[in-house]
Amino acid sequence: MTEDLLHEACDALYLPSLRRRGFLQAAGGLAVLCAVGPALGQADDPRRAEVGTWLRIDHDGSITVYSGKIECGQNIRTTLAQIVAEELAVDPTSLTLVLGDTDLVPWDAGTFGSQTTPRMMPILRDAAAAARAALLDLAAARWQVPATGLRLAAGQVREVGGPRQIGLGELVAGHQLLRRVGQAPATAPSDWRVAGQPQRKANGRDIVTGQQRYPSDIVRPGLLYGAVLRPPGWGAELTAVDLAPAQALPGVTAVRQGNFVGVAAPDSAAAAAALAALRPHWRPAAAAREAELWATLRPAPAATLQRNNVAAGLAQAAVTAASSYRVAYIAHVPLEPRAAVAEWSDGKLTVWTGTQRPFGVQQELQQAFGLTTAQVRVIQPDVGSGYGGKHTGEAALEAARLAQAAGRPVKVCWTREEEFQWAYARPAGVIDVLSGAAADGRLVAFEQHNHNSGPAGLKPPYAIEAQHTEFHRADSPLRQGSYRGLAGCANFFARESHLDELAHALRLDPLALRLRNTTDGRLRGVLEAAAERFGWAQTPPAGHGYGIACGYEKLSWVATCAEVTVRDGRIVVERLVTAFDCGAVINPDTVRNQIQGMHVQALGGALFEALHFADQQITNRWLSQYRVPRLRDIVPEEIVLLDRRDQPSVGAGETPLMAVAPAIANALFRATGQRLRDLPLRLPQ
Amino acid sequence: MVDGENVVATRLVLHLNGRETACEAAPDRPLLGVLREALQLTGTKYGCGEGQCGACTVLLDGRAVRSCTLTVGEVAGRTLTTIEGLASAEALHPVQQAFLDTEALQCGYCTAGMILATVALLQEHPQPTEAQILEALDSHLCRCGTYHRILRAVRRAAELLGAAR
Ligand code: FES
Ligand code: FES
Repeated sequence: MTEDLLHEACDALYLPSLRRRGFLQAAGGLAVLCAVGPALGQADDPRRAEVGTWLRIDHDGSITVYSGKIECGQNIRTTLAQIVAEELAVDPTSLTLVLGDTDLVPWDAGTFGSQTTPRMMPILRDAAAAARAALLDLAAARWQVPATGLRLAAGQVREVGGPRQIGLGELVAGHQLLRRVGQAPATAPSDWRVAGQPQRKANGRDIVTGQQRYPSDIVRPGLLYGAVLRPPGWGAELTAVDLAPAQALPGVTAVRQGNFVGVAAPDSAAAAAALAALRPHWRPAAAAREAELWATLRPAPAATLQRNNVAAGLAQAAVTAASSYRVAYIAHVPLEPRAAVAEWSDGKLTVWTGTQRPFGVQQELQQAFGLTTAQVRVIQPDVGSGYGGKHTGEAALEAARLAQAAGRPVKVCWTREEEFQWAYARPAGVIDVLSGAAADGRLVAFEQHNHNSGPAGLKPPYAIEAQHTEFHRADSPLRQGSYRGLAGCANFFARESHLDELAHALRLDPLALRLRNTTDGRLRGVLEAAAERFGWAQTPPAGHGYGIACGYEKLSWVATCAEVTVRDGRIVVERLVTAFDCGAVINPDTVRNQIQGMHVQALGGALFEALHFADQQITNRWLSQYRVPRLRDIVPEEIVLLDRRDQPSVGAGETPLMAVAPAIANALFRATGQRLRDLPLRLPQ
Repeated sequence: MVDGENVVATRLVLHLNGRETACEAAPDRPLLGVLREALQLTGTKYGCGEGQCGACTVLLDGRAVRSCTLTVGEVAGRTLTTIEGLASAEALHPVQQAFLDTEALQCGYCTAGMILATVALLQEHPQPTEAQILEALDSHLCRCGTYHRILRAVRRAAELLGAAR
């Protein structure tokens, strides 16, 4: 083995960046297996192929894993640890995961799109597998025995059938090995012992004792509290403001940069008082009207209808249907609003903030302040959730501006009102669907157009020869952005509602219609599993209806069945059954927890959540005005996990959200004969 | 120091987590801000500032209250417990243990408030009915949607507390 050579290569390549990693020196710079540098460049940086980019083992045997993904409740701190622990045969709770710290972890685009499991997990798994091979080789060289007679167990390399054993820390002392990710095979899911099992949340104890530090909890020496002057509506322009009344207050720094006005004060009450002392003059922007929303999003039905061979397909159809669906703007309402603490020291800016894109926020800060990558460090403490709503760095920029002016660290925590008004919304949309089917239910033509809300989940999962789907951009009057599942909820709602309308016209069972057009075995798998657990074949009680919806998105398959009735003029969901296939399940309890949570969150979008606006403001911008699912809203539910150990593991935090609303709408139709085509579903009063 | 409506900060004594704790604050300041900023007890969370989410729940004389809508002046001299004061040195409080056992959390931002509300609930109703649980917890928001598990945690906590009696 050319260990020395590798060692040299390692040093030459990585020592400069190693020096930037303060705590590495604290560890003595020895005893490091495969240590390489932080702050790796973009996705094509060759160092990403090195094990040490992702993993290191210290002389005390402790193992640290580095990833640019972030923890926002989806539990990757636990599931990624399980995967690494599987390869290294250690207790997953013994691992330290450094997540989302731009100085310490390799560059990452962000935590969204259910990418952590299919993309990050294999890298860490393969890095850990290569590290395992390296550890066995080290021990083999030390003892002059073949590596095949050694195994890893409980943080040691042990000789199979022999007396020798050595702790990982002692083994790696003085060594730096360079291994490439993928040089050793990873454990097959069929052989998993640590992965594939429920595993308690890594930092659960810190959470239940209040010790966990979320972004809004970060405290720095000399910390000031910031607040930002908000315009009376989107697009308003600041024409004049006198900062003197705020500056006159003790300990207050007030800043104006263009339209931005903010204050930093010794506590949040003093900051609020300083803002209240200002008398700004604003020139409001022309106000968009909610009444015109749908016409704005879809000025006319898409002119491309019946493109490709869809027209020909329609010509052969026994039955055709055309319908249009709408989804409202909704808010993410992460329980922790945006927050950031910014600190300048020696020209370097460090920001602790809640974001799903720490490297994206780093870039925003670099651009705003003209700084290099090395001059900006973004640290993302585990955050009070995001659901796609925290891709941007607003609070980080605000805190950084105020900290620069005040010459002290500044914390900015958005109020709930600010979060509703100044963050971005899940897009509203208009979705047109047109289809035709033969008398036996075979789909012969399908066309779907999404206006404004997005292309995700637009392609039908069914085998349809003549199909066309298209996303049309529009001028959204509200600031809009990513949301858990993106447009999957909107496009599933439209397509799966529409198929039900077609099934009704054909006098076919909605499940049978779907199965008739399903050639994908995994789609069939979730449909059949959900229907069976639900008892689809049974006749619903009088006044109740059954509904089903399904789809494929983000590499996973989902089917949801709902039972619905109407009581006192209200839609009542009696129960939900979801079957989900996300490949080999790493932590079944986490996946169940996620699906349970999405059942609840989906109820909000299905039944009552909607943002309203007037005069360039959200009009329901407090929690008392915006209805979210509460404990009283939960419904009996069952979850079927199709744990496919023969398939790669993929994400589980988005797709199960998508089939719930259409399943409810379809069940409501069966219960009442009323077809509701708008989300949230509202019965005409 | 000037604060809010120019009310001058005074020295207040709180019976907080079993200790007499002095702080300088204007009596009309929301308790939440004083806990989080002056006393650096950040386990108590802000979620809405208007009594709608329960993230800021603390125990006042054993009852669950919302620290965002109470002023620090109102609680001076009374007994306060925050999430940091619930566990003893040796062991978690049974309600904390129950939330861990049932993994009744995702992001965990609502958890402190949920736990404290459950402590107060079980003090009053050791074997709570569904309606009593609903009354105590319906105004607590878990946006991650872990309500099913929170219900399980409450029942598990009732068991643990019952066994300990
Ligand atoms: S912050 Fe007090 S109830 Fe929401
Ligand atoms: S666990 Fe995230 S809000 Fe409850």
